[in-house]
Amino acid sequence: MTENDVIAAIREELARLAPEIEFGALDRTADLREQADLDSMDFLNLLTALHQRLGVEIPDADAQQLGTIDGAVAYLTRKAARAREI
Amino acid sequence: MISFRMPSLGADMDAGTLVEWLAKPGDKVKRGDIIAVVETQKGAIEIEVFETGVLDQLLVQPGTKVPVGVPLAVIRDEGEAPLPAAVAPIAETPITAAPAQAPEAAAPEQPCPPPAPHVRASPAARRLAAERGVDLHRLVGTGPGGAIQLADVEAAAAAAAAPARPGGFDFTQMRSAIAAAMARSKREIPHYYLRDTVDLQPASDWLARGNAERPPEQRLLMGALFAKATALAARAFPEFNGHFEDGAYRPSAAVHIGVAITIRGGGLVAPAVHDAADLSLEALMAAMRDLVRRVRAGRFRSSEIADPTLTVSSLGDRGVEALFGIIYPPQVAIVGFGKPAHRPWVVDGSFAARTIVTITLAADHRVSDGHRGALFVAEIGRRLQTPEAL
Repeated sequence: MTENDVIAAIREELARLAPEIEFGALDRTADLREQADLDSMDFLNLLTALHQRLGVEIPDADAQQLGTIDGAVAYLTRKAARAREI
Repeated sequence: MISFRMPSLGADMDAGTLVEWLAKPGDKVKRGDIIAVVETQKGAIEIEVFETGVLDQLLVQPGTKVPVGVPLAVIRDEGEAPLPAAVAPIAETPITAAPAQAPEAAAPEQPCPPPAPHVRASPAARRLAAERGVDLHRLVGTGPGGAIQLADVEAAAAAAAAPARPGGFDFTQMRSAIAAAMARSKREIPHYYLRDTVDLQPASDWLARGNAERPPEQRLLMGALFAKATALAARAFPEFNGHFEDGAYRPSAAVHIGVAITIRGGGLVAPAVHDAADLSLEALMAAMRDLVRRVRAGRFRSSEIADPTLTVSSLGDRGVEALFGIIYPPQVAIVGFGKPAHRPWVVDGSFAARTIVTITLAADHRVSDGHRGALFVAEIGRRLQTPEAL
């Protein structure tokens, strides 16, 4: 899974939750929940969708690391690579 | 024979538009089955039937707007003979037919549309309609003799250019519905307000421990604990759980918690989680997830709108410290939870950094007093100290 695959997954799952958000206009280093107006349930649904789609474990303690788009891409790409090695 | 009528889905609804029948004559129906979809100011609502029997006749065609209480269909007992077709009354008192731009699902399919009648319209209106691609046949003229004028076309073109309705919501309608209900509440209900701050650290730690082992789809949110603690407390305080209608208060034996859910783009609804006090936290969380999903998709059920006996509004973790709710009639109370925050707090005589939360209550003075309200809020806070017992 490449970084581009991860970005595409985030973009598509985010579009399901917040269809009016223009992904390209988001600041990838800023708080995603603030920018996309995601409440606790939305964010949990985003993690659920990414976990199921990418097959990557996302422990609750790590959820904060997915708080920005860049953070989420780095985390998911790293975890997916590690999952492949095992 | 029983009439299946346009239900009242809240204090603010006087009519609804039948969008779709989900059952046909001859179908067996039982209590709780969804047999129709009705468009209201709150969006499309799936309507459940309260009787068991056989759907005999449909009295109202999709696209028709009818007042609350008007029969939509006839249901007969299984043993009963069907009504002769000729008896079927057709929509006794439709207010208006729905405009042609009603949701597409509503339009009955017509393989051969009838020829369009001649349309009376001013030359300027015709020119603008051609420019903007507005179909004159779909407009209702406001000019002399129903003639379509320039302003009618401008209005139609503006409406067409307006943003699409995500999830079937009409935000202007939604805002009017909220305004009507809240204005009525403030006019009729003598509210009083209480606020308390409680230690949320035990609940927060317990939640983190439990969630650490769970995949995302099985995790709990603090909002589920808030709803459960409130539902359990409400059992011991019946003066906050019920409906005030026709000058009298009727406490409810069941606790149906209305969960306030915001709608992207504006507005909110507070549909019910039925019998919330009897559900495990996992089941309550699943019910809340399902409600949020369906509310966002613009589809929820009539019983979920009409049944809440007490509303819980929780700001979640992006918000402010406290919220003071307005009671949704005919309910008599609303419990609010602010954003959980880290604050210095005194535990066993020493300062400690703790997660705390404010609990607020807005309640109806026709039914209860601040003294009982305070005990109710304290009971909710007390239950949050032992999350494992929720």
